[in-house]
Amino acid sequence: MSVLQSILDGVALGAVYALVAVGLALVFGVMRLINFAHGELITAGGYTLALTAAFPRVASVTITVLVCIAVALLMERLAFRPLRNASPTTTLVATFAVAFALQGVWLIAFGPEGRTADVLASLNRRAIEGDLDVRWITLAMLGVGGLLLGGTALLLGRTTIGLQMRAAAADFRAARLLGVRADTVISFAFVLAGLLAAAVAILLTAQRPLVTPTFGLEVTILGLVGVVVGGIDRIGTATLGGFAIGFLTSVLGDALPADERVFLPSFVFLLVIVVLLLRPTGLFAPPGKSAVERV
Amino acid sequence: MTAARRYADGAVELAVPACLIVLVGVLGGFMAPGTEEDFITALVAVTIVIALHVFVGNSGVLSFGHISFVAIGAFAAGLMTIPAEIKPTLLPELFPFLAENDVGNVPSLVLAAALGGLFAALVGVPLMRLSGLAAGIATLAVLEITHNVLRFWEKIGPGAKTLSLVPETTGLFQATVGALLAATAAFLFRRSRPGRKLRASREDPPAAQAVGIDIHRQRLLAFSISGALAGFAGGLMVHQLGSITTEQVYLDLTFLTLAMLVIGGASSLWGAVVGALLVSFLDSFLLNAENGTDVLVAELTLPTGSSTVILGVLMALMLLLRPSGITGGREASLPFLRPARSAPPPPPGTTRTEAERPERTVLDV
Repeated sequence: MSVLQSILDGVALGAVYALVAVGLALVFGVMRLINFAHGELITAGGYTLALTAAFPRVASVTITVLVCIAVALLMERLAFRPLRNASPTTTLVATFAVAFALQGVWLIAFGPEGRTADVLASLNRRAIEGDLDVRWITLAMLGVGGLLLGGTALLLGRTTIGLQMRAAAADFRAARLLGVRADTVISFAFVLAGLLAAAVAILLTAQRPLVTPTFGLEVTILGLVGVVVGGIDRIGTATLGGFAIGFLTSVLGDALPADERVFLPSFVFLLVIVVLLLRPTGLFAPPGKSAVERV
Repeated sequence: MTAARRYADGAVELAVPACLIVLVGVLGGFMAPGTEEDFITALVAVTIVIALHVFVGNSGVLSFGHISFVAIGAFAAGLMTIPAEIKPTLLPELFPFLAENDVGNVPSLVLAAALGGLFAALVGVPLMRLSGLAAGIATLAVLEITHNVLRFWEKIGPGAKTLSLVPETTGLFQATVGALLAATAAFLFRRSRPGRKLRASREDPPAAQAVGIDIHRQRLLAFSISGALAGFAGGLMVHQLGSITTEQVYLDLTFLTLAMLVIGGASSLWGAVVGALLVSFLDSFLLNAENGTDVLVAELTLPTGSSTVILGVLMALMLLLRPSGITGGREASLPFLRPARSAPPPPPGTTRTEAERPERTVLDV
C-alpha cells in the first residue's frame, strides 16, 4: 500500500472523527457535559437508515437527520436539563444511564445481530481508475466533513446564535446575565450534535452497512479520547484532536505488520497516554496556560 | 466532640456497612440456589465498588481504568487455579511457567490482589500526575490497552476464547468475607494519615500543597491500594463464574460500577456499599425477569434487552432525585447519635463546623 493511499484514507477517517468531536465539544462547551450518549444518536441514525432503506435516498437521509435531532433534543429535555446544576460526575453517569437505556431499546427493537443499512452502499465504488484506490465514499467523507466543519465554523463565527454559544462556552453565568437564553443555546447545541451525528451515521453505514446496538459507542469513545487529547476547552482544538485520532488510527493500522495489527488499539492508546502526560490541557491548546493549579 | 464519641462514630462508620454485608451474606444462605447466586454477585460488586471508592471517593479524580485491575486479577486467579495437567490442552500457547504451575484458591486471591496492586502502582507513577478529564481519559486508555492485550496475546491467557474450567470456589462465605475485608481496608485507609491527606487534596489542592502534602504520592498510594482491592475482587469474580471472557471485564462493567458508586454517593464507604447492593440486585432481578420469573403472584417475562432499558431509566431517575447519591456522600451514622453531633449550634458569624458540612461530592472533572 502506498504512502499516498494511506494518507488519503487517514484524512477521510479523520474527517469523520472530527465530526464526532465537534458534536461532543459543542455540548461540552455550553453544558460542561461529557456526553457518552452521543454514540446513541449515531446508532439511532444508523437504524433509521436501515428502516428507510426502501424510500428514495433523499427522503431516507432527511428522515435520518430529523430523527437524530429529535432524539438529541429529547435526551437533553428529559435527562440532562433537570441535572443542569448537578456535579459533573453525576451528569456524566447520567449520560451512561441514557446510553444504557437506549442500547437496551435498540436490542429490543432490532435484535443483537444488527440491521443492514445499505442506502448509500453504492458509494463504496472506485471513483478513479488507477493505482490509487479512491472510492466515492472517501470523497464523500472529505466533502461532507469539510462542508459541515466549515458550516459549523461559519455558524459559530458569523451568526447571533453562534456568538451566544461561544459566549456561553466561555462563561455561562456571565452570558446569561447579558441576556443569552440558557435553554436556547443548549437546545441549539443538541440540534447541531444531532445533525452531526446523522452525518456520521450516513458516512459510516456507507462504508460498513451493518448497524448493531453498539454501532455508535466505539466511535464515540475514540472521538471523546481525541477531543480530550486535542483540548476540550475550544471547539477548534477538540476538532483537530478528533481528526488526529482518526488519522492516526487509520495510518498506524496501515503501517503495522499484519500479525501485529490486532494490537493497534494498544499502540494508539499508549500514544494517547504519552500525549496527555506531556500536554494535559490538550495537544493543540495554546501554550502558556500551565496545568499546575494556582490559587 | 469528645474522643469517646469520635471513636463511637468511627466504629459506626464501619459497623453499619459491615452489618449490611453480613446480612446480605446470611440472607443469601436461605435462598434457592439460583437466587443465592444473585447475592454472591451483589457481594462481588460491593467489593469492586469499594475498591473504586478508595481511589475515586478520597481523591476526587475519576478513574475509568479500575476494571483493568479487576481483569488482571480475574485472569491471573483463574489461570493459576486451573490444574496444570489440563492447562496445556486447554491453552496450548501459554508461557511454560504459566502452564506448568498451579496454586490453590486462597493463594490465587492473594496473587490477584498483588498483581492488581502492582499494575496500578506501575501505571499510577506517570498517570497520577494528571487530574480531571485528562486523568479520566488516560485511565480509560489503560483499560483499552489491558483489554486489547488480554484479548489477543495468547501466551498469557485464553485470548478471545473463554477461560473456562476455573474452580468455582467463591460461595456466599468467601464473597461475604471478601467484601468485609475490602470494607475494612477502605475504612482503615479513610481514617489513616495518608487518607486524610488525600481528602484534603480533594477539597482544596493548592491549600493541601501549601501545607506540604505531596498530592502525587498520596494519589499513587490510594491508586495502588485501590488496584489491589480491585484485583482481589476480580479473583473473587472469576471463582464465582467459573469462566470468563475479556468482554465481561470491559466497558459495560466499567460504566455499571461507576454508576453504582455515584448512585450510592462516591465519597463515602456507606454510599459505595449501598449503591453497589441496590444496583446489583436491581440488575439481577431484571435479568431474571428476562428469563421469566415469579413476582409475588404473577409470572413476569420481559423481552431481551428490556432489563438494560429499565436499569438505565431507573439509574437516571435516581440521579435526578438524588444528584449527590442516595447517601449524599455521608458515612453511616445511627439516628440516636446524630442529635449530639450537630449540637451546640455555632454562634452567628462563624463558619460551619467540619461535622456539619456535607462531604463534597463534586469530583474533579
